[in-house]
Amino acid sequence: MLNSLFLLVIGMAIVTYIPRVIPMALLSSTEPPPFLKRFLSFIPYTVLSALIFPEILFSTGNVKSAVFGGLIAIILAFLNANLLLVIISGIFGVLFWQMFL
Amino acid sequence: MKFTNSFISGMKRGLPIALGYVPIAITFGLIAKSQGVPNYISIMMSALVFAGASQFVAINLLALGTGYLQIVVTTFIVNLRHFLMTASISQRIKGTVSQKWMPVLAFGITDETFSFISLSPSEKLSSGFIFGINTIAYIAWVSGTALGTFLGKSLPEILQTSMGISLYVMFIGLLVPSFKKSRSIVIISLLSAGISSLLYWGPSVLTSIPKGWKIIITTVLASAIGVLIFPEEKEVESVE
Repeated sequence: MLNSLFLLVIGMAIVTYIPRVIPMALLSSTEPPPFLKRFLSFIPYTVLSALIFPEILFSTGNVKSAVFGGLIAIILAFLNANLLLVIISGIFGVLFWQMFL
Repeated sequence: MKFTNSFISGMKRGLPIALGYVPIAITFGLIAKSQGVPNYISIMMSALVFAGASQFVAINLLALGTGYLQIVVTTFIVNLRHFLMTASISQRIKGTVSQKWMPVLAFGITDETFSFISLSPSEKLSSGFIFGINTIAYIAWVSGTALGTFLGKSLPEILQTSMGISLYVMFIGLLVPSFKKSRSIVIISLLSAGISSLLYWGPSVLTSIPKGWKIIITTVLASAIGVLIFPEEKEVESVE
Protein backbone atom coordinates (compact mmCIF):
# COMPACT_ATOMS: atom_id res chain seq x y z
CA MET A 1 0.00 0.00 0.00
CA LEU A 2 2.62 2.52 1.05
CA ASN A 3 4.99 1.47 -1.68
CA SER A 4 2.34 1.85 -4.36
CA LEU A 5 1.26 5.25 -2.99
CA PHE A 6 4.89 6.25 -3.31
CA LEU A 7 4.89 5.13 -6.95
CA LEU A 8 1.65 7.04 -7.54
CA VAL A 9 3.28 10.26 -6.34
CA ILE A 10 6.32 9.64 -8.56
CA GLY A 11 4.02 9.04 -11.54
CA MET A 12 2.11 12.26 -10.84
CA ALA A 13 5.40 14.14 -10.48
CA ILE A 14 6.66 12.92 -13.86
CA VAL A 15 3.51 13.70 -15.85
CA THR A 16 3.33 17.14 -14.21
CA TYR A 17 6.96 17.99 -14.90
CA ILE A 18 6.98 16.97 -18.58
CA PRO A 19 4.60 19.68 -19.89
CA ARG A 20 6.39 22.22 -17.71
CA VAL A 21 9.89 21.51 -18.95
CA ILE A 22 9.55 20.59 -22.64
CA PRO A 23 8.45 23.99 -24.02
CA MET A 24 10.96 25.79 -21.81
CA ALA A 25 13.82 23.57 -22.97
CA LEU A 26 12.89 23.51 -26.67
CA LEU A 27 11.46 26.95 -27.41
CA SER A 28 14.16 28.88 -25.61
CA SER A 29 16.75 27.86 -28.20
CA THR A 30 14.64 28.37 -31.34
CA GLU A 31 13.10 31.40 -33.00
CA PRO A 32 9.37 30.78 -33.56
CA PRO A 33 7.58 32.61 -36.43
CA PRO A 34 6.10 36.04 -35.57
CA PHE A 35 2.48 34.84 -35.36
CA LEU A 36 3.49 32.20 -32.82
CA LYS A 37 5.43 34.73 -30.76
CA ARG A 38 2.39 36.97 -30.77
CA PHE A 39 0.19 34.02 -29.81
CA LEU A 40 2.50 33.24 -26.88
CA SER A 41 2.52 36.88 -25.78
CA PHE A 42 -1.28 36.81 -25.44
CA ILE A 43 -1.26 33.75 -23.18
CA PRO A 44 -0.72 35.52 -19.82
CA TYR A 45 -3.95 37.48 -20.32
CA THR A 46 -6.12 34.75 -21.80
CA VAL A 47 -5.02 32.12 -19.28
CA LEU A 48 -5.63 34.46 -16.33
CA SER A 49 -9.04 35.35 -17.64
CA ALA A 50 -9.90 31.66 -18.12
CA LEU A 51 -8.71 30.85 -14.61
CA ILE A 52 -10.76 33.65 -13.04
CA PHE A 53 -14.05 33.25 -14.84
CA PRO A 54 -16.45 31.68 -14.09
CA GLU A 55 -14.69 29.73 -11.29
CA ILE A 56 -14.47 32.79 -9.01
CA LEU A 57 -18.26 32.79 -8.70
CA PHE A 58 -18.19 29.42 -6.91
CA SER A 59 -15.09 30.00 -4.81
CA THR A 60 -16.88 31.09 -1.64
CA GLY A 61 -19.94 28.87 -1.62
CA ASN A 62 -22.14 31.93 -2.18
CA VAL A 63 -22.25 33.59 -5.62
CA LYS A 64 -23.34 37.00 -4.28
CA SER A 65 -20.49 37.28 -1.79
CA ALA A 66 -18.04 36.22 -4.51
CA VAL A 67 -19.38 38.88 -6.90
CA PHE A 68 -19.09 41.47 -4.14
CA GLY A 69 -15.49 40.51 -3.29
CA GLY A 70 -14.59 40.27 -6.97
CA LEU A 71 -16.00 43.73 -7.78
CA ILE A 72 -14.05 45.32 -4.93
CA ALA A 73 -10.90 43.68 -6.28
CA ILE A 74 -11.59 44.85 -9.86
CA ILE A 75 -12.14 48.46 -8.77
CA LEU A 76 -9.03 48.56 -6.57
CA ALA A 77 -6.92 46.84 -9.24
CA PHE A 78 -8.13 49.33 -11.83
CA LEU A 79 -7.07 52.15 -9.50
CA ASN A 80 -3.60 50.54 -9.36
CA ALA A 81 -3.86 49.71 -5.67
CA ASN A 82 -1.10 47.58 -4.17
CA LEU A 83 -1.60 43.89 -4.95
CA LEU A 84 -1.78 42.82 -1.31
CA LEU A 85 -4.42 45.48 -0.67
CA VAL A 86 -6.44 44.14 -3.61
CA ILE A 87 -6.28 40.60 -2.23
CA ILE A 88 -7.04 41.50 1.38
CA SER A 89 -9.92 43.80 0.41
CA GLY A 90 -11.42 41.08 -1.77
CA ILE A 91 -11.29 38.59 1.10
CA PHE A 92 -12.74 41.09 3.56
CA GLY A 93 -15.46 41.97 1.07
CA VAL A 94 -16.56 38.34 1.08
CA LEU A 95 -16.27 38.12 4.86
CA PHE A 96 -18.31 41.32 5.25
CA TRP A 97 -21.03 40.07 2.92
CA GLN A 98 -21.29 36.73 4.69
CA MET A 99 -21.49 38.32 8.13
CA PHE A 100 -23.78 41.28 7.51
CA LEU A 101 -25.61 41.04 4.20
CA MET B 1 25.94 38.98 -5.44
CA LYS B 2 23.81 40.07 -8.34
CA PHE B 3 22.05 36.70 -8.26
CA THR B 4 21.38 37.03 -4.53
CA ASN B 5 19.88 40.48 -4.98
CA SER B 6 17.50 39.46 -7.71
CA PHE B 7 16.66 36.26 -5.80
CA ILE B 8 15.63 38.31 -2.77
CA SER B 9 13.68 40.73 -4.93
CA GLY B 10 11.88 37.73 -6.48
CA MET B 11 11.06 36.35 -3.03
CA LYS B 12 9.56 39.71 -2.07
CA ARG B 13 7.59 39.91 -5.28
CA GLY B 14 6.22 36.41 -4.70
CA LEU B 15 5.10 37.06 -1.13
CA PRO B 16 1.39 37.41 -2.03
CA ILE B 17 1.52 33.94 -3.64
CA ALA B 18 2.94 32.48 -0.45
CA LEU B 19 0.23 34.12 1.65
CA GLY B 20 -2.40 32.73 -0.71
CA TYR B 21 -0.87 29.27 -0.74
CA VAL B 22 -0.54 28.67 3.00
CA PRO B 23 -4.26 28.31 3.87
CA ILE B 24 -4.87 26.19 0.76
CA ALA B 25 -1.89 23.97 1.53
CA ILE B 26 -3.08 23.56 5.12
CA THR B 27 -6.48 22.54 3.78
CA PHE B 28 -4.79 20.08 1.43
CA GLY B 29 -2.84 18.53 4.29
CA LEU B 30 -6.00 18.28 6.38
CA ILE B 31 -8.12 16.71 3.65
CA ALA B 32 -5.40 14.23 2.71
CA LYS B 33 -5.12 13.21 6.35
CA SER B 34 -8.88 12.86 6.71
CA GLN B 35 -8.84 10.50 3.71
CA GLY B 36 -6.29 8.29 5.40
CA VAL B 37 -3.29 9.34 3.28
CA PRO B 38 -0.08 9.06 5.35
CA ASN B 39 1.44 12.44 6.27
CA TYR B 40 4.73 11.86 4.50
CA ILE B 41 2.92 10.92 1.28
CA SER B 42 0.94 14.21 1.28
CA ILE B 43 4.07 16.22 2.00
CA MET B 44 6.01 14.34 -0.66
CA MET B 45 3.18 14.98 -3.13
CA SER B 46 3.38 18.71 -2.47
CA ALA B 47 7.17 18.63 -2.72
CA LEU B 48 7.41 16.61 -5.95
CA VAL B 49 4.24 17.49 -7.86
CA PHE B 50 3.80 21.10 -6.69
CA ALA B 51 0.49 21.64 -8.50
CA GLY B 52 -2.40 22.37 -6.16
CA ALA B 53 -5.53 21.63 -8.16
CA SER B 54 -4.26 18.26 -9.37
CA GLN B 55 -3.29 17.25 -5.85
CA PHE B 56 -6.82 17.88 -4.53
CA VAL B 57 -8.21 15.93 -7.46
CA ALA B 58 -5.81 13.05 -6.77
CA ILE B 59 -6.84 12.83 -3.10
CA ASN B 60 -10.47 12.92 -4.12
CA LEU B 61 -9.95 10.10 -6.63
CA LEU B 62 -7.97 8.09 -4.08
CA ALA B 63 -10.89 8.37 -1.66
CA LEU B 64 -13.22 7.11 -4.37
CA GLY B 65 -10.98 4.09 -4.87
CA THR B 66 -9.91 5.08 -8.40
CA GLY B 67 -7.07 3.13 -10.02
CA TYR B 68 -3.63 4.69 -9.82
CA LEU B 69 -3.11 4.76 -13.58
CA GLN B 70 -6.31 6.76 -14.00
CA ILE B 71 -5.17 9.18 -11.30
CA VAL B 72 -1.87 9.72 -13.11
CA VAL B 73 -3.65 10.29 -16.45
CA THR B 74 -6.05 12.76 -14.80
CA THR B 75 -3.11 14.58 -13.22
CA PHE B 76 -1.54 14.86 -16.66
CA ILE B 77 -4.69 16.40 -18.14
CA VAL B 78 -5.19 18.80 -15.24
CA ASN B 79 -1.58 20.01 -15.44
CA LEU B 80 -1.14 20.01 -19.22
CA ARG B 81 -2.02 23.72 -19.34
CA HIS B 82 1.43 24.49 -17.91
CA PHE B 83 2.98 23.83 -21.31
CA LEU B 84 1.27 26.94 -22.63
CA MET B 85 2.70 28.91 -19.72
CA THR B 86 6.29 27.70 -20.01
CA ALA B 87 6.11 28.17 -23.80
CA SER B 88 5.07 31.77 -23.22
CA ILE B 89 7.74 32.41 -20.58
CA SER B 90 10.47 30.83 -22.73
CA GLN B 91 10.09 33.66 -25.24
CA ARG B 92 10.47 36.30 -22.55
CA ILE B 93 13.61 34.89 -20.98
CA LYS B 94 15.62 33.46 -23.83
CA GLY B 95 18.87 35.33 -24.11
CA THR B 96 18.70 36.57 -20.51
CA VAL B 97 18.46 33.23 -18.69
CA SER B 98 20.99 30.51 -19.40
CA GLN B 99 19.88 27.17 -20.78
CA LYS B 100 20.99 25.23 -17.71
CA TRP B 101 18.50 27.12 -15.53
CA MET B 102 15.49 26.19 -17.66
CA PRO B 103 14.78 22.73 -16.13
CA VAL B 104 14.97 24.19 -12.61
CA LEU B 105 12.77 27.20 -13.33
CA ALA B 106 10.26 25.05 -15.26
CA PHE B 107 9.60 22.91 -12.19
CA GLY B 108 8.33 25.93 -10.24
CA ILE B 109 5.76 27.10 -12.80
CA THR B 110 2.21 27.15 -11.43
CA ASP B 111 -0.76 29.31 -12.42
CA GLU B 112 0.28 31.78 -9.76
CA THR B 113 4.06 31.92 -10.29
CA PHE B 114 3.43 32.13 -14.04
CA SER B 115 1.13 35.11 -13.57
CA PHE B 116 3.68 36.98 -11.51
CA ILE B 117 6.59 36.15 -13.79
CA SER B 118 4.86 36.90 -17.07
CA LEU B 119 3.44 40.21 -15.85
CA SER B 120 6.78 41.44 -14.55
CA PRO B 121 8.82 43.85 -16.70
CA SER B 122 11.29 42.11 -19.03
CA GLU B 123 14.39 43.72 -17.51
CA LYS B 124 13.61 42.08 -14.18
CA LEU B 125 13.31 38.56 -15.56
CA SER B 126 16.66 37.10 -14.51
CA SER B 127 17.17 33.53 -13.30
CA GLY B 128 17.52 34.78 -9.72
CA PHE B 129 14.27 36.76 -9.80
CA ILE B 130 12.22 33.89 -11.23
CA PHE B 131 13.88 31.39 -8.90
CA GLY B 132 13.02 33.69 -5.99
CA ILE B 133 9.32 33.83 -6.93
CA ASN B 134 9.20 30.04 -7.41
CA THR B 135 11.08 29.36 -4.18
CA ILE B 136 8.87 31.37 -1.86
CA ALA B 137 5.76 29.85 -3.42
CA TYR B 138 7.28 26.37 -3.07
CA ILE B 139 8.27 26.85 0.57
CA ALA B 140 4.77 28.09 1.39
CA TRP B 141 3.12 25.18 -0.40
CA VAL B 142 5.23 22.41 1.13
CA SER B 143 5.39 23.81 4.66
CA GLY B 144 1.67 24.63 4.59
CA THR B 145 0.95 21.02 3.65
CA ALA B 146 3.13 19.78 6.52
CA LEU B 147 1.37 22.18 8.89
CA GLY B 148 -2.03 20.90 7.76
CA THR B 149 -1.12 17.27 8.35
CA PHE B 150 0.11 18.03 11.86
CA LEU B 151 -2.59 20.55 12.77
CA GLY B 152 -5.42 18.11 12.31
CA LYS B 153 -7.98 20.85 12.93
CA SER B 154 -9.70 23.01 10.37
CA LEU B 155 -9.75 26.80 10.13
CA PRO B 156 -13.11 28.37 11.17
CA GLU B 157 -15.57 27.87 8.34
CA ILE B 158 -16.41 31.52 7.67
CA LEU B 159 -12.70 32.28 7.35
CA GLN B 160 -12.23 29.30 5.06
CA THR B 161 -15.01 30.30 2.68
CA SER B 162 -13.83 33.92 2.59
CA MET B 163 -10.27 32.79 1.85
CA GLY B 164 -11.61 30.69 -1.02
CA ILE B 165 -11.58 33.81 -3.19
CA SER B 166 -7.99 34.78 -2.40
CA LEU B 167 -6.19 33.38 -5.45
CA TYR B 168 -8.94 34.66 -7.76
CA VAL B 169 -8.71 38.22 -6.46
CA MET B 170 -4.94 37.91 -6.78
CA PHE B 171 -5.40 37.02 -10.45
CA ILE B 172 -7.71 40.05 -10.80
CA GLY B 173 -5.07 42.24 -9.18
CA LEU B 174 -2.56 41.05 -11.77
CA LEU B 175 -4.77 41.11 -14.86
CA VAL B 176 -6.90 44.25 -14.53
CA PRO B 177 -4.07 46.85 -14.43
CA SER B 178 -2.85 45.61 -17.83
CA PHE B 179 -6.23 46.54 -19.34
CA LYS B 180 -5.03 50.14 -19.45
CA LYS B 181 -2.05 49.23 -21.61
CA SER B 182 -3.75 48.21 -24.81
CA ARG B 183 -7.20 47.64 -26.20
CA SER B 184 -6.17 44.26 -27.57
CA ILE B 185 -5.47 42.98 -24.04
CA VAL B 186 -8.97 43.98 -22.90
CA ILE B 187 -10.58 42.32 -25.89
CA ILE B 188 -8.70 39.02 -25.74
CA SER B 189 -9.32 38.81 -21.98
CA LEU B 190 -13.06 39.34 -22.41
CA LEU B 191 -13.02 36.88 -25.28
CA SER B 192 -11.34 34.32 -23.07
CA ALA B 193 -13.90 34.84 -20.28
CA GLY B 194 -16.67 34.47 -22.89
CA ILE B 195 -15.30 31.19 -24.26
CA SER B 196 -14.74 29.94 -20.72
CA SER B 197 -18.39 30.75 -19.86
CA LEU B 198 -19.59 28.95 -22.97
CA LEU B 199 -17.69 25.85 -21.88
CA TYR B 200 -19.28 26.19 -18.46
CA TRP B 201 -22.89 27.08 -19.22
CA GLY B 202 -23.17 26.14 -22.89
CA PRO B 203 -24.47 22.94 -24.52
CA SER B 204 -23.69 19.73 -22.62
CA VAL B 205 -21.25 18.64 -25.33
CA LEU B 206 -19.06 21.51 -24.16
CA THR B 207 -19.77 21.45 -20.43
CA SER B 208 -18.85 17.77 -20.17
CA ILE B 209 -15.25 18.48 -21.27
CA PRO B 210 -12.82 17.87 -18.35
CA LYS B 211 -11.77 21.09 -16.63
CA GLY B 212 -8.09 20.64 -17.48
CA TRP B 213 -8.93 20.71 -21.18
CA LYS B 214 -11.33 23.63 -20.80
CA ILE B 215 -8.57 25.99 -19.70
CA ILE B 216 -6.32 24.84 -22.53
CA ILE B 217 -9.06 25.13 -25.18
CA THR B 218 -10.09 28.58 -23.91
CA THR B 219 -6.53 29.90 -23.79
CA VAL B 220 -5.57 28.56 -27.22
CA LEU B 221 -8.78 29.76 -28.91
CA ALA B 222 -8.76 33.23 -27.35
CA SER B 223 -5.05 33.76 -28.10
CA ALA B 224 -5.42 32.46 -31.67
CA ILE B 225 -8.43 34.70 -32.36
CA GLY B 226 -6.38 37.52 -30.84
CA VAL B 227 -3.62 36.92 -33.38
CA LEU B 228 -6.22 37.01 -36.19
CA ILE B 229 -7.89 40.23 -34.99
CA PHE B 230 -4.69 42.00 -33.97
CA PRO B 231 -2.02 40.63 -36.33
CA GLU B 232 0.17 43.68 -36.08
CA GLU B 233 0.21 46.10 -33.25
CA LYS B 234 2.91 47.25 -30.95
CA GLU B 235 4.45 44.31 -29.13
CA VAL B 236 2.36 43.35 -26.11
CA GLU B 237 4.73 43.93 -23.24
CA SER B 238 4.62 43.63 -19.52
CA VAL B 239 2.88 45.90 -17.03
CA GLU B 240 4.50 48.44 -14.71
